[in-house]
Amino acid sequence: MASTAIPAGTKWWSGGKSPFNASYGKIMMWYFLMSDAFTFGAFLISYGTIRFSVNHWPDPNYVFNAFPFAGHANLPLAFVSLMTFILIFSSVTMVLAVHEGHKMNRKGVEKYMILTILGGLAFLGCQAWEWTHLITGDHAVLVNGQIEKWGTTVTRNPFGPEVLHNGQMVSTPGPIAFGGYFFGITGFHGFHVFSGVVINIIMYIKTRLGHFDQRGHYEMIEKAGLYWHFVDLVWVFVFLCFYLI
Amino acid sequence: MSNVLSSQETAVHGVHDAHHEHHHHETFLTKYIFSQDHKMIAKQFLITGIIWAIIGGLFSVIFRFQLGYPDASFPWMEDLLGKWAPGGKLSPEFYYALVTMHGTVLVFFVLTAGLSGTFANFLIPLQIGARDMASPLLNMLSYWFFFLASVIMVASLFVQTGPASGGWTVYPPLSAIGDASIGSKIGMDLWLVSMAMFIVSSLLGGLNYITTILNMRTKGMSMTRMPLTIWALFFTAVLGVLSFPVLLSGAILLLFDRNLGTSFFLSDLIVAGKVLPNEGGSAILFQHLFWFLGHPEVYIILLPAMGMASEILSVNSRKPIFGYMAMVASLFAICILAFLVWAHHMFVTGLNPFLGSVFVLLTLLIAVPSAIKVFNWLTTLWRGNIRFTPGMLFAIGFVSLFISGGLTGIFLGNSALDIHLHDTYFVIAHFHIVMGVASFFGMYAGVYHWYPKMFGRYLNNTLAYIHFWVTLVGAYLIFWPMHYQGLAGVPRRYYDFSNWESFKQFNGLNEFISVVALVVFAVQLLFVFNFFYSIWKGRKVTDPNPWKSNTLEWTTPIRPGHGNWEGEIPEVHRWAYDYSKDGKDFIPQTEPVGADESKH
Repeated sequence: MASTAIPAGTKWWSGGKSPFNASYGKIMMWYFLMSDAFTFGAFLISYGTIRFSVNHWPDPNYVFNAFPFAGHANLPLAFVSLMTFILIFSSVTMVLAVHEGHKMNRKGVEKYMILTILGGLAFLGCQAWEWTHLITGDHAVLVNGQIEKWGTTVTRNPFGPEVLHNGQMVSTPGPIAFGGYFFGITGFHGFHVFSGVVINIIMYIKTRLGHFDQRGHYEMIEKAGLYWHFVDLVWVFVFLCFYLI
Repeated sequence: MSNVLSSQETAVHGVHDAHHEHHHHETFLTKYIFSQDHKMIAKQFLITGIIWAIIGGLFSVIFRFQLGYPDASFPWMEDLLGKWAPGGKLSPEFYYALVTMHGTVLVFFVLTAGLSGTFANFLIPLQIGARDMASPLLNMLSYWFFFLASVIMVASLFVQTGPASGGWTVYPPLSAIGDASIGSKIGMDLWLVSMAMFIVSSLLGGLNYITTILNMRTKGMSMTRMPLTIWALFFTAVLGVLSFPVLLSGAILLLFDRNLGTSFFLSDLIVAGKVLPNEGGSAILFQHLFWFLGHPEVYIILLPAMGMASEILSVNSRKPIFGYMAMVASLFAICILAFLVWAHHMFVTGLNPFLGSVFVLLTLLIAVPSAIKVFNWLTTLWRGNIRFTPGMLFAIGFVSLFISGGLTGIFLGNSALDIHLHDTYFVIAHFHIVMGVASFFGMYAGVYHWYPKMFGRYLNNTLAYIHFWVTLVGAYLIFWPMHYQGLAGVPRRYYDFSNWESFKQFNGLNEFISVVALVVFAVQLLFVFNFFYSIWKGRKVTDPNPWKSNTLEWTTPIRPGHGNWEGEIPEVHRWAYDYSKDGKDFIPQTEPVGADESKH
């Protein structure tokens, strides 16, 4: 087979006109995000279908009212608000990292990438605590005439309709779809955050090693930023669907 | 040892640029296995696809033996399948496994990966004037994820409880409960994992195809100058990138239902006298998720065939394609409508009748762009100076099959008629003709037409003509009678019809279909022989442009290396369809427009 090696200095795109005036990497990232949006869309629509076809759904203000080290204080949605704040703040630092990248300021990029990574890790830590709290919780549930202590898992939901039992209001088992969708979708989102943190760490290392200075631009940071903002945006929808509605 | 030597040499000379090319020797591993050259990746997809097609075709031959000869037993079948065919008679469980795997393999592994993977990879850079895909690395990964998916799917054939057997649509609860049937056990898990890998592969490929087409076109190659193959592959990639993730969601939820005890798709079930703890899920939800992919998937399979047929019909009629912009617009319309018709697969699963009527309307609307395409193909052929090359014959065969199969789609798209026709052999006849065989014809057309570019040799023409005629006549003989069976109510996915008095009249017909299926399968093996024989022994190509075609791939050397063009990438000055213009037989895209040239 005749071997035609590419002559040195050949431009890979020697003309034409790109409709979006963006590099192929950015277009690829945008299309990937569209694709990923469809994955999340399918999950959230499935969740909506099931949630609004059952008669009873746990009240988020009651399910998510705990805060670390706050004992049994009733703090509805306080912790998840903190989580959301952390994640959105990490988006802000990501914007600043991209901005520093445009200015070719390596130190600035490093600083803000570190903050973004820390934000992502903090969010994952919070999620781990929240999951643990839900799974190991002990809510009184009336099962077959007996009071049992249940946590929330993919097969158990202690937040069903309340009934009168021995002069006291007690929960009955609720629709088990709650745990499945909650852990399934926040887990899938958490997996995205985790991937984002890994990507950001790689970007940080590449910045440290001066790869982007050699390349003459910080577009990789921008692409990682697109992904990170997308993960944030998805969280806004997850937050809306599971905690606010 | 040789590795050590060459790396020492590189260490010594590596700093000199002049030696760079000399040391850029490709090993067998980098050239044929972990290749990043889009042409080699295309061949990898094609050959893997051919292997899958043989396996998938063999499945259908075996279950056709059961349908054609329900009372007979075949000792060779026991030799081949062991415990799945005790006494030489196919077991019902394995019959369902075969039907399921036949669908899965042909739809996904052959007509999606084998078709798009081959021709998108091969044609996009060559026809738009790019040295390679936007990201050759992701492109390579796309193949290897496909390979991984293939390995897992093959492995599922050999597990003790057999492969998935709930149909290629894997509807729950059959697919969601391990105890539902023997094929619902580990084979089903492997099916889902394999499909997840497949979706990753399709995503990586699709992203590459889209960005390459948008960003890597050569100078002068505006979107409206692209050959229709590229437009079709572009819309195919968009469909894949936006519909496969929804199946991924469904597959993940299904895996959770199977392995973690969730109830996404399960509710209030009793299996073998035991009440399952699942509640609150919806099996119909899975059908929505599945068909949101499943219907666009039909067009993922069809559009590349349409694009290649357009190109090949024009080249071999020596006429410009009729209605270029209408062709692009109808591809776009099909692409949009593909996302809005999925529920026509679910008319009888419990759909609001009003919603059903909306989906009927949207479904029947697809007939409009489809008819535009068909008429444009016919008008392209009209009074053309037709050359009946094997590629051309298959392209014409594609148009024929698309018309015959498309017409029955109008029957099935009607929710009232569908009550009678759903899940009968009428459906089987419809989708096999319109998407199965038609796409195969598009694929064969592409292989015959671009084989000289792929391997620098021609396929044997005599074998090609035998292949075409037997396949065309055979395909109609197999699937045409199934329409009558379906209208008479013969249901699909049944192992044995001999207990029904009313279906006895079809015993002879079933036997006939099975015999023809065997013959057609044998002729495909003839093609496979032709394909591999010609790689080494075929007639050599001496003319860089053997079909006198306008498109850019024929401006490369006869056997282009990595990078495609030896010098600069050619510039483009016109569209791809200037045939029989101003007294010239053809004017390649690279030729500047003359001052006194008429408009096309």
